[in-house]
Amino acid sequence: MQRRQVIALGLKAAATVALLPLLPYAASATDAQMADAMKQVLGAMVPKSGRVTIDIPPLAENGNSVPVTVIVESPMTAVDHVKTIYLFSPVNPAPDVAHFHLGPRSGRARVQTSIRLANTQNLHAVAVMSDGSAWMQTAEVIVTLSACVDAG
Amino acid sequence: MRTARIVMPKTAKKGEIIDIKTLITHPMETGYRRDDVGAAIARDIIGQLRVTYAGTEVFRMTMFPGVAANPFAAFTTIATATGEFVFTWTGENGEGHVERTTLTVA
Repeated sequence: MQRRQVIALGLKAAATVALLPLLPYAASATDAQMADAMKQVLGAMVPKSGRVTIDIPPLAENGNSVPVTVIVESPMTAVDHVKTIYLFSPVNPAPDVAHFHLGPRSGRARVQTSIRLANTQNLHAVAVMSDGSAWMQTAEVIVTLSACVDAG
Repeated sequence: MRTARIVMPKTAKKGEIIDIKTLITHPMETGYRRDDVGAAIARDIIGQLRVTYAGTEVFRMTMFPGVAANPFAAFTTIATATGEFVFTWTGENGEGHVERTTLTVA
């Protein structure tokens, strides 16, 4: 190993150690937990990209309450409608955020709520249709003040 | 005692898609926070909102700690006939809150 490689390695190690204290206090969901949460509701289905629109501010000043609207393209008829819309957060301590159960009587596949965001992340919305297909969209949200902090 | 607000029209035409907005006062305590002396604050979450229209479920939402305090939910439904809407919030600790309102369909 050459001297410059050794120096580079040392720098990388130092950088890793320096970053560690910046990790959030509340443990966030691991990739495995996120995959588990999605698998639990979707089974072996792999959602396709599209048909789902997430309307959320790209910059949230306060992660304690962020308004979000999810719209799914669907005729919402008895034979072709959205059964469930799932919201997942890969960074919050728990990946599940909310599940919305709809049906042909909904008329439109459009739901709204306010959510907590622990940090800057890609929010996932998955829609499961009456024909069994699943569709997904992600939206990046930059959070300046995270939820889950104490003294709130 | 919780306070819940429902915003929806009082009357609608048959077949019209109506917007419904709901809100209930609740801390949605996540169970992840600690108080001033470091003791864990117990989890207290509204786990479900279920809405029936003339006895049939038209909307159901399952909530987790990722839903903000004073949970808000907005959705739509088709006005079919004059009937009662029943909104039921159920807490994970067993508490419940019910609101009723009637939609008149012309």
